[in-house]
Amino acid sequence: MHLDFIGSFIFVADRSWIWLAAYCFVLASAYSGYTLFAGKFMAPRLTFGLVVAGFVCQTIFLGIRGHEVGRCPITNFFELLTFLSWSMTLIYLLIGSSYRLSLLGVFTTPFAGVLSIWALLQPESGSVPVKHPINPWLEAHTSFSIVACGAFALAGLAGLMYLIQERQLKTRRPSSVFFRLPPIRTLVVANSRLLWLGFGLFTIGLATGFMIGQDIDWRKVAWSLVVWALYGGILLARIRRSMATRWVATLSIIVFGLLLSMFWGIRFISEVPPVR
Amino acid sequence: MNISCFGLSHQTASVEVRERFAVAESALPEALQRLRAIEGVEEGLIVSTCNRTEFYVAGGVAQLPPARFFQEFYNGLRSDDEPHFFGLWAEGCVNHLFRVVSGMESMVVGETEIFGQVKRAYEVAVREKATGRRLNKLFQKSFHVGKQVRSSTAVGRGSISVGSVAVDLAEQIFGKLEGCKIIVLGAGDTSEKMARSFKTRGARQIFVSNRSFDRAQVLAQETGGRAIRFEEWEKEFADLDILVTSTSAPHAIVTLEKIVPVLRHRGDRPLFMIDVAVPRDIDPDVHRLDGVYVYDLDALQAMAERSMEARKQEVAGGDRLIAKHVTEFQHWLEKSANLMTAPGACLACEAD
Repeated sequence: MHLDFIGSFIFVADRSWIWLAAYCFVLASAYSGYTLFAGKFMAPRLTFGLVVAGFVCQTIFLGIRGHEVGRCPITNFFELLTFLSWSMTLIYLLIGSSYRLSLLGVFTTPFAGVLSIWALLQPESGSVPVKHPINPWLEAHTSFSIVACGAFALAGLAGLMYLIQERQLKTRRPSSVFFRLPPIRTLVVANSRLLWLGFGLFTIGLATGFMIGQDIDWRKVAWSLVVWALYGGILLARIRRSMATRWVATLSIIVFGLLLSMFWGIRFISEVPPVR
Repeated sequence: MNISCFGLSHQTASVEVRERFAVAESALPEALQRLRAIEGVEEGLIVSTCNRTEFYVAGGVAQLPPARFFQEFYNGLRSDDEPHFFGLWAEGCVNHLFRVVSGMESMVVGETEIFGQVKRAYEVAVREKATGRRLNKLFQKSFHVGKQVRSSTAVGRGSISVGSVAVDLAEQIFGKLEGCKIIVLGAGDTSEKMARSFKTRGARQIFVSNRSFDRAQVLAQETGGRAIRFEEWEKEFADLDILVTSTSAPHAIVTLEKIVPVLRHRGDRPLFMIDVAVPRDIDPDVHRLDGVYVYDLDALQAMAERSMEARKQEVAGGDRLIAKHVTEFQHWLEKSANLMTAPGACLACEAD
């Protein structure tokens, strides 16, 4: 009885880590947004440090929660959004440093902050979930699918930055923001690689979904296949050079918006079927 | 505050006048001796550049009419010289120096060369033992202020020449220019300046094409590039990144008909075209193509002017910063003067 109480307390208190993460992301986005748009000097280490701090808080939460539930902590919508925000931040930290896209943080941190706050708005029962035996296919399916969403989110953000840069170049009146965002060529490459990364992970997520060993909900499968086909179509058009870069960037944003706005689609990933 | 500045600058005098009062760097040691020989001058420093000649002095010459100071230093003036001189005292002098070092008094606002010029002038004065504790403190403070103004405001940001605007744009499109293939069409002065700007920023693959192949070879050699015959430059289009055109052709030599078939094989690589020819070498409609950016002379010039305007707007922010430092320096000077006049001043002097 006493242990149950402590367990419940820890289960609820671990949300504090997400509050902390949200503070870090909001602070980072406020600082980087202000410096970018006001044309002030930006200390990239400060933004990067806040992103790392937010990421560490998320990781601690996922570690605690994973230990509590005895599996990958994606058992409800709150955890799903947190995992999505964590995935996006992880990919940003990897891609951002590899491709010198430090300013991607200006666009990533508000989104990570919104996802964290949205997650915190989701109610939780407060009771410790029953530990189930781990189904590795289910674990792989959910985690690959959500990390793929993180990559698609960043592809969309790189696409958004590309469109901003492209617009400024075409109007021939580039503002100070233009000179502080990454080069347009770098954004094209980053968008392309993130789309490929997301598509690869999403494909693995889809394939492992069929191996879970439960009755298949064809409605959910159809939705996933539509998303998969849309991203596949964008990449195919890119390979065949039949779509303008501007359109690839625009579709990266639209398709991710579709993915995010289809609430029932997101719920599809979050509603974990009972493990047999 | 017994610190003064006497001078003339591009704001008060034409180049014909400025050159008569300029002090060459080699003549500075002798000029500093002459400056210190003026009655009342305890410390002295001379800043002489193509845009200004200024004498900073500490001692009992404050409030001296500028013309009298110049008369004493140059030992003779023309009758119409007087209106070109200015004299500044106390806070006005400190404020002026801080603005000069920050590039806010320069002809091209925000330029950085003046910082080095003042620093060299200070080094010569220190070497010649012409400065003391007041001017040492003042100039060291001015270097600190100059750096702070540049880093905290955008007074030195943004390119203000057509060449550097074009290279800045290229870097915002491609990132580093090392791997970019650049073709320069035409081998005149403008082409040469552009090619040099690109080379300075790290471009390694510069191709020069001109109707006169010999001239193309000369420019290619000067910029470390390669010359190609004018009839052959279009063959290089498929893997081209940047095209600079400055020919004297009477009509557009880069048209939609020529570009569209080539673009199909380029994938998503952007193409940046700089047209500095008049009449233009590139059909303006080419700019509408996806991934192609054409900037002509007017567009580049407009950007350079906007940068200059933006720099000027930053001057107010720089002035606010400077005002704070002027007050700080004034406090230091007053405190220092009190110590000097207080009983045991020599001890205070040594302690400082």
